[in-house]
Amino acid sequence: MKRIALLGMPNTGKSTFFNRITGASSRTGNWPGVTVDLLGAKVLLGKDMVEIVDLPGIYDLHGFSDDEQVVRHFLENNPVDQLLVILNTSQIERQLSLVMQIKQLGLPAIILLNMADEAKKFGITVDPEKLSEMLELPVLLLSAKYGTGYKEAYKLLVQVLQQSRPVRLESLREMLAVDHRIESEMEEILKKTVDIPAQLSDNLTSRLDSVLLHPWAGLPLFFLVMYLTFQAIFIFGKPLQDGVTWMLDTFRHAALDPLFSHSPFLVKGLLLDGIYNGVGTVATFVPIIILFFLFMAIIEDTGYLSRAAFLMDALMSRLGLDGRGFVMLLMGFGCNVPALMGTRVMRTRSLRLLTMLVIPFSLCSARLQVFIFITAAIFPAKDAPLVLFSMYLFSFATALLTAVLFKKRYQNTEPFILEVPPYRFPTFRQMLLRGWHEVHHFLNRATKFIVAGVVLVWLLTHIPTDVPPASPQTLAGMIGNAFSPLLDPIGINQKLAIALIFGFVAKEIVIGSLAVIYGMQGAGLMNLMAHQLDWVQAYSFMLFTLIYTPCLSTIATLRSESKSNGFMLLSLAWSLGLAWLVSFVFYQGARALGY
Amino acid sequence: MTTVKLSALSPGQSGVITALHAEDELYHRLAAMGFRIGKRVQILRLGRFSGPLHLRIGTTDLMLRRDDANKIDVKAG
Repeated sequence: MKRIALLGMPNTGKSTFFNRITGASSRTGNWPGVTVDLLGAKVLLGKDMVEIVDLPGIYDLHGFSDDEQVVRHFLENNPVDQLLVILNTSQIERQLSLVMQIKQLGLPAIILLNMADEAKKFGITVDPEKLSEMLELPVLLLSAKYGTGYKEAYKLLVQVLQQSRPVRLESLREMLAVDHRIESEMEEILKKTVDIPAQLSDNLTSRLDSVLLHPWAGLPLFFLVMYLTFQAIFIFGKPLQDGVTWMLDTFRHAALDPLFSHSPFLVKGLLLDGIYNGVGTVATFVPIIILFFLFMAIIEDTGYLSRAAFLMDALMSRLGLDGRGFVMLLMGFGCNVPALMGTRVMRTRSLRLLTMLVIPFSLCSARLQVFIFITAAIFPAKDAPLVLFSMYLFSFATALLTAVLFKKRYQNTEPFILEVPPYRFPTFRQMLLRGWHEVHHFLNRATKFIVAGVVLVWLLTHIPTDVPPASPQTLAGMIGNAFSPLLDPIGINQKLAIALIFGFVAKEIVIGSLAVIYGMQGAGLMNLMAHQLDWVQAYSFMLFTLIYTPCLSTIATLRSESKSNGFMLLSLAWSLGLAWLVSFVFYQGARALGY
Repeated sequence: MTTVKLSALSPGQSGVITALHAEDELYHRLAAMGFRIGKRVQILRLGRFSGPLHLRIGTTDLMLRRDDANKIDVKAG
């Protein structure tokens, strides 16, 4: 099968182009010589199937950033029949250097000038025939966003591929070893084929920037935008999530429960409470992830994300993070899972890992439910807002502390130079495709891990089978007992310890598990807990719940996004350790003060 | 015409690059973004609280942290 690779600088519409020609058929996959996943797809071109690979956006084939090395290693290890090079026409004077590097390496390439319509607005015009003649490479005009120019591109591609032969890797490797003099040829070509006005015409982008990046109004506007996005995701997401839960429950009651009513306890429990509920846990994340990335697509593709980075950089750079990390941290207050996936916009691994280490401390909506319930049960109504607010303070404080402590370890060595692209609006198709791809990625990578975890916790809380579920005689109870030397000093008794084991799966089920453990529900449960726990114990339990670990899905996402079990374990160990320390200091401190 | 650091320019001002004192990696990235001796850079705005510089070089808008901007000499005006 012939292989085509897509190459271009960031912000050229490369991914949009890729999505348009491959539709939803693309899959992430591993390739020889490279350590990160690349998106690839097999599509029918003319009479033959060809494979198309979307390489990361890079500025320089000879550069040394993570992405630049990935592209080089890919090209050196995977014979390519044809390169499709996508340029942003309005930046052609700078982007042509990449084409010159490809030409120098003797790689067979077709040049696609994207966003030619946008360039025209700036007053930039290109002569494609002359450019093609001077480069000795085919050049086509294209709009990836509106889908114009595609027919011509297809036709040319089919034609070119018929005579193409894969690149000889040995000679390519030799060529890549030496750097070349490119500059004068490039300037000559630019001078003869491209006309750029001395002053770019004033446009919508400058006017929008003067408001959105205003020295005083910029930050409040940023927080307003974040707040509205956040509200929108969860206002639309909550009913969808509830709907999914309702459908799964209904199906279970109507079909599965009767079907398994005569099965042995262990079989029924494993299949329904274990596997079915595990799949259900995964499914409830689907609407949130789709919505999150619909909105992220707007924030990112309009160019606002880099503006947010500009506004927040002064603070975040001191923490070893960047402004985009702050956006993800805020989104984590809704749900940690998509926020972790969103860190993929950061192309430097160390920066990304540091951000991923910080996000799990964001107090997500599932944890909020637990705190609201316990606060209502234990604290007088007038103190409740203060208690909840203090949880948010602890959430921010632990996130900042983590960033400060780990910024040396995950030192960002790549220079921080971020493009500020002109404002654009993504098409609805682009947004939907983004949502679809992310959900697919999540389901692919996290499902097995989450289902296994849910099954494990079910086993722990139901074995042996001849004692009441979640009681002190189960494995979970025994584990709670075994850890009592560690948990007693932070005021967490055996019953709460079992709830923490449930909470490891998902915070949504903590209240439900407390109901099972105490054998009471609603107001009755609140009364009983108020009777058995004092406020110091309850607060210590809330602190531990806030910090110890968000949920199994977050851990699965940490693992799949970092591709490192070691990193996942580090994150887990650090949050568990920090949770214990904070609870210990609080509990012992409060007791020492006589509370 | 005096030579100053890029970070010393105020918003709206522009200057012609006279020297890049950047180490390997930064130099590479700057070059890829179009920073070359003789090129004109315009400051669009400065981030608050010693935040980054928002600037325009050729047809590209980008942001650069002050530390990095300190490594670029320009002739103002």
